[in-house]
Amino acid sequence: MAVTILIPTALRAFTGRQSQAQADGKTVGEVLKAFADANPDVRQHLYDENGELRSFVNVYIGDVNIRNAGGLGGPIEDGDTLTLVPAIAGGVVCEPEQKP
Amino acid sequence: MLSLNAEAIAAIRAEGEKAYPDECCGFLCGDTDEKGGRRVEGILPVANASEREEKFHRFRIEPDDFLAASRAAGAAGLDIIGFYHSHPDHPAVPSEYDLQLALPCCSYVIVAVGKGMAEELTSWELSDDRSRFNQEL
Ligand SMILES: [Zn+2]
Repeated sequence: MAVTILIPTALRAFTGRQSQAQADGKTVGEVLKAFADANPDVRQHLYDENGELRSFVNVYIGDVNIRNAGGLGGPIEDGDTLTLVPAIAGGVVCEPEQKP
Repeated sequence: MLSLNAEAIAAIRAEGEKAYPDECCGFLCGDTDEKGGRRVEGILPVANASEREEKFHRFRIEPDDFLAASRAAGAAGLDIIGFYHSHPDHPAVPSEYDLQLALPCCSYVIVAVGKGMAEELTSWELSDDRSRFNQEL
């Protein structure tokens, strides 16, 4: 048994097109690191240059966003499911006169 | 590559008109073939989570809404393969802001809405080096 990681379409190009993966670890951070080690191409999309989780990457254990729980240090158990959820945003062209 | 049927196009245009003068946003649900071609089965509108005074030129989708949509799509045997949003009183061309926040391997459909009426509809995919969008529709 391990932790199952559900991968959104946007990241599957970096995971050999897999929609899910398994990884081991005692904390959310350990599981994600094991996942990134097994899929090195995905690392730059999960972490910034300082090794912090990117702001547009959200991680859920079941229905709970880890930002509202224990974060990367929070515990996780075999059989749990982690879901990677991207934040989506955009907008129209920002004309010079609209910029603050 | 994106295949978007007439029904989905009409639905996105209608959402853009309904939200005007704000931006609308939502999900493209469908599947991806082995060559990376995407086919839209249907759209799923979602609330624009931007601040009230920003909605006229910004859209944001809450991660909780993304999770709910991907589960709904998954229950129907589909994936979230991209996103749509509107450009009120602006052309259907991705902005620099759209580019900075774009994800790879997804379609970004944009509908221009001028004075409340849906106009041009385009679709874009992020280039592999993240430097630009390539137009696919
Ligand atoms: Zn835009």
